[in-house]
Amino acid sequence: MQVAASVPPSGLPGLPDGHSRIVRAAGAEWHLLDNGTALDAAGVTPIGTLLCVHGNPTWSYLWRRLITGATEAALGEDPRPAWRVVAVDQLEMGYSARTGRMRRLEDRVAELGALTDELGLAGPVVTVGHDWGGPVSLGWAVDHPDLLAGVVLLNTAVHQPEGRPVPMPLRAALAPGVLDLATQSTPAFLETTLSLARPALSPEVRDAFRAPYANPDRRRGIHDFVADIPASSEHASTPELDRIAAGVASLAVPALVLWGPRDPVFGEAHLRDLLERMPHADVHRAEGAGHLIAEETEYAAIVLDWVGETLAPASDSDMSPADGREAPSEPIWAPMERNARRDAPALIDMGAGADGAPRVIRWATLAQRVDELAHGLVAAGVRPGDRVSLLVPPSADLTAVLYAAVRVGAVVVVADAGLGVRGLGRAIRGAHPDVIVGALPGLVAARALGWPGRRISVATLSRTLARSLAVEHSLGDLRRLGQARIAGGSGLPDPEPTDAAAILFTSGSTGPAKGVRYTHGQLSALRDALARHYDLGPDTGIVAGFAPFALLGPALGARSVIPLGDVTAPRTLTASAVADAAEAADATVLFLSPAALANVVATADALRPSQRAALTRIRTVLSAGAPVPVHLLEQVGELVPNATLHTPYGMTEGLLMTDITLEGIRDAATTDTDGTGGVCVGSPIDGVDVRIGPLDDDGQPTGRLTTDPGVTGEIVVSARHLRDGYDRLWAVDRLAKAHATLEVRRHSTGDVGHLDAEGRLWVEGRLQHVLVTADGVVTPVGIEQRIETATGGRRAALVGVGPRGTQALVAIVEGGRTPGLADSDLAASVRAAASRPLAAVLTTPALPTDIRHNSKIDRTALAHWADALLRGERAGRP
Amino acid sequence: MRVLVTGASGYLGGAVAGELIRRGHDVRTLQRRPSRVDGALDVLGDVTDAARVRTAVAGMDAVVHLAAKVSLAGAPAEFDAVNVEGTRTLLDEARRAGVTRVVHVSSPSVAHAGTSLVGDGTGRADPDRARGDYARTKALGELLALESDAPGFAVVAIRPHLVWGPGDPQLVGRIVERARTRRLPVIGNGAALIDTTYIDNAVAAIVAALDRAERVHGRAYVVTNGEPRPVGELLAGICRACGVPAPAWRVPAGAARGAGAAVEALWRLRPGRDEPPMTRFLAEQLSTAHWFDQRRVREDLDWAPTITIDEGLARLAAWTAARN
Repeated sequence: MQVAASVPPSGLPGLPDGHSRIVRAAGAEWHLLDNGTALDAAGVTPIGTLLCVHGNPTWSYLWRRLITGATEAALGEDPRPAWRVVAVDQLEMGYSARTGRMRRLEDRVAELGALTDELGLAGPVVTVGHDWGGPVSLGWAVDHPDLLAGVVLLNTAVHQPEGRPVPMPLRAALAPGVLDLATQSTPAFLETTLSLARPALSPEVRDAFRAPYANPDRRRGIHDFVADIPASSEHASTPELDRIAAGVASLAVPALVLWGPRDPVFGEAHLRDLLERMPHADVHRAEGAGHLIAEETEYAAIVLDWVGETLAPASDSDMSPADGREAPSEPIWAPMERNARRDAPALIDMGAGADGAPRVIRWATLAQRVDELAHGLVAAGVRPGDRVSLLVPPSADLTAVLYAAVRVGAVVVVADAGLGVRGLGRAIRGAHPDVIVGALPGLVAARALGWPGRRISVATLSRTLARSLAVEHSLGDLRRLGQARIAGGSGLPDPEPTDAAAILFTSGSTGPAKGVRYTHGQLSALRDALARHYDLGPDTGIVAGFAPFALLGPALGARSVIPLGDVTAPRTLTASAVADAAEAADATVLFLSPAALANVVATADALRPSQRAALTRIRTVLSAGAPVPVHLLEQVGELVPNATLHTPYGMTEGLLMTDITLEGIRDAATTDTDGTGGVCVGSPIDGVDVRIGPLDDDGQPTGRLTTDPGVTGEIVVSARHLRDGYDRLWAVDRLAKAHATLEVRRHSTGDVGHLDAEGRLWVEGRLQHVLVTADGVVTPVGIEQRIETATGGRRAALVGVGPRGTQALVAIVEGGRTPGLADSDLAASVRAAASRPLAAVLTTPALPTDIRHNSKIDRTALAHWADALLRGERAGRP
Repeated sequence: MRVLVTGASGYLGGAVAGELIRRGHDVRTLQRRPSRVDGALDVLGDVTDAARVRTAVAGMDAVVHLAAKVSLAGAPAEFDAVNVEGTRTLLDEARRAGVTRVVHVSSPSVAHAGTSLVGDGTGRADPDRARGDYARTKALGELLALESDAPGFAVVAIRPHLVWGPGDPQLVGRIVERARTRRLPVIGNGAALIDTTYIDNAVAAIVAALDRAERVHGRAYVVTNGEPRPVGELLAGICRACGVPAPAWRVPAGAARGAGAAVEALWRLRPGRDEPPMTRFLAEQLSTAHWFDQRRVREDLDWAPTITIDEGLARLAAWTAARN
């Protein structure tokens, strides 16, 4: 049956009239959306074209936000370079003609070329493809190198990875007898696809996607498209797909891959395959999004930002890391190699030896172990740049394998078990490890949850267990492989300072955990900053009760000791365990996580005199990662009477930015004269530059960076030991580098605060927790502190309800038996303490906090709860 | 300026008339009962009576129109007669008499369809969706008023939300009376945020609208203290200030709305002198948030509240103490 091309009905949600055109090419009529006419009418000349190809069973409606976004950007009040957007309905699809012909991939690629010839499309062209529109758009890209300027892909594939079955939903649709029924006779395939969106598509948008596929005749193209999926090597379209896949690998243009991980069709293996073909691609993973990523995220804004930065003329955004220009400091393994002949202890793992005795690893042993493991990794096929995920609890084994992997140029992926299995799995899948090194629980989780990567076990497993967990080697095996390789006289690759060395995951307290990439040079700089600031060096004894810093012990040439207990559960660490560790290593420095401090204080009564004596030798205590209450610090101070207590400020992206001592905190409390409040986190350490991006009336950090005292805004930091960037989060990375220049790497922290006249930094909250009332911008932390003081130390959170610009302030105080309005006495004292008018004072038995720190209050969850409650709805618990 | 204030025997009307006199204006009033406003010239009559209205507006420069049937129960026709036809008559006569400014005092309920309002702006009056006869007829009246805005006849609508203060027989009086007889429920969890307006602030906003009518004409503004508070806390605060027990019993919001509808229907059949203990309108007022974006009205009228809720409650308590 033949049906002519037509234009979609007007009034489809989000699709303005006037962009539809009918063009005849390749012997058939096409419907396409094209903003060229609108740009032309406004006298605007586009700098290039985005050629958008939908998949099956959608149509060009999928690209409506890209076409409206590009048009608004070009013609709006603050015009940006214009991009023409041409979004086609493939033949037999959408509102293009129904010709009754079965079209193969090869036909579709050729026909798209005929169409662009007919349109007279001149370069530069960026192809944009989703789903099976991906291969079609890439086929066009491969065939038009002269016009091509870039490629953008959304959840697609060009190759079915070896040994992996075709995705289940497609296999089902391709089954004999099912194909016709699922795709054409009934709208099942269409409906299933539309139902994938989270949150669900609105009924109106769903209807718009259904509109061109109202009857079996119009759905013929959906059927043919599915039938054309090259599900086997004998399939008629396999050669063309192979040709495209091979061609993609030689594309030299910039590429952006937008990926929704919740996709039952295109999974991590497909993304991995794409990135192997285009290792230079920028990747943005949108956690929570899936197959219909174009409906689930602000993809259009990301695409337009990307083309604007990557392809616009006179772009100066391709930053080179400033590290390259400074003399790189020695690699983090250098102190270990220097100490390779020493017999002195390097690492003490309390309780890891026989019968629960301490296990002492001497420098010579550690250096040899690391060398053997490094050679073993190379022998096992690990190459520079390969990603090695470490699912090993803090231990001598973790330290050894970490340094071995870094030594050979592999990128270590470190995610904290504190993320929970779901968060950890999301992080690991997103990081695409080539190898997972794990203790048994990690390997079991990896097997059960299907995490990618070859497996290496810490312990030697029985053959049955090793096989069932798909474990190829144990660390013992690696050492033997390494010894053989060393005996053979082979060397090790030498990573450059600008090569990636590690991906560290954030706590995930503000959304899904993000992978933060560090280069070798940046890790060295971090080690140097720690050594300089805390005077750590050869033979300093460090109690490593806080994993991130603990791992740096060997890099400092320092002697570190891991206290007895589960370091992944810091709240269980006891004072005795800390003291024993200090005694064993003759330690003078104590690293503890804020969550550990309370239990250490609580278990202090059990300390024996010798343990107390060991603690008197401590001269530095360092606790970082979350704010520590002063009274808790004071109690810790009583246990370590000769120590200075430090609570540095930093983040996964920059671990040591400012520092303050207990004395400094006390001093700040008496000299907080400007009354803005917040948590004083001290002065920037040597080599760190802290600036403020002032907030505008809307609470956005749009002002020019300043160091003027008293100006509240986003905290922007710069240092040699700052991260390189985020991993596969192009849009997040871009935002965090908003203030970076060619000369200076800067990180926009998302924290809000101000500098005072003494140059100290005060943190006032997170950017997304800034409130905008009718009377101006309000940051939460200062008011929360006043409330906490007025209520005898009860924790409090300040949130807003109502529209931004006229938000009403609500204080939520911890306590009470049921969540709800505070009683009138509490409300009155809280109102009196807060320096701003409060609409309501609420209480709840426990404020929600993040998993890792158990101290960062989830103000977003509280705001949702308060909003429902104060609307008069049934709100339950926050 | 010569100003006619209608409804000056009411709480807000009397206060507006008094304030205009203090500011040196010539004030005439129109209502059925004596206004008891010192220095005002009363014209006794009904806004539905065209002849009385004509007498009242003669020679006036401006009108502040507060007269209305403000009740939660009653026959629909009575609301229409006063709030719609009375307003139409007043506007017609005022224009004919050469009045140049009108401040039409309306109510936020004209744009309230019963859902929660959270930081909303001033919505358009909507008689079709307004809840109950009072809100419906006030919506019609406001639309009439704003439609009559024309060059030389500047009309502005002010919608004060829940005005209260010392001596207020409406909100405070009813709350205290109901609390005394234990008929004052806190609907739902008592947490719904409600905007209210302390009397002095409402008066100042109306006077500011009169002063600026020629710049802001044709528009409607919701006026509040800009301090939303949980309804339970407000009621308790007012009760405390007036020395009566705070509300004790709670009704789930859904059940109360059902009960309100039933009581309201029953009341139509057996009209009495008192109002029904609860109507749907009141249930909604007490169980859903309604607070407003005050940025535009403050900027346009160059006005801001000077008495906070806490200060207002203190004044209410002092007034109560002085009376006892």
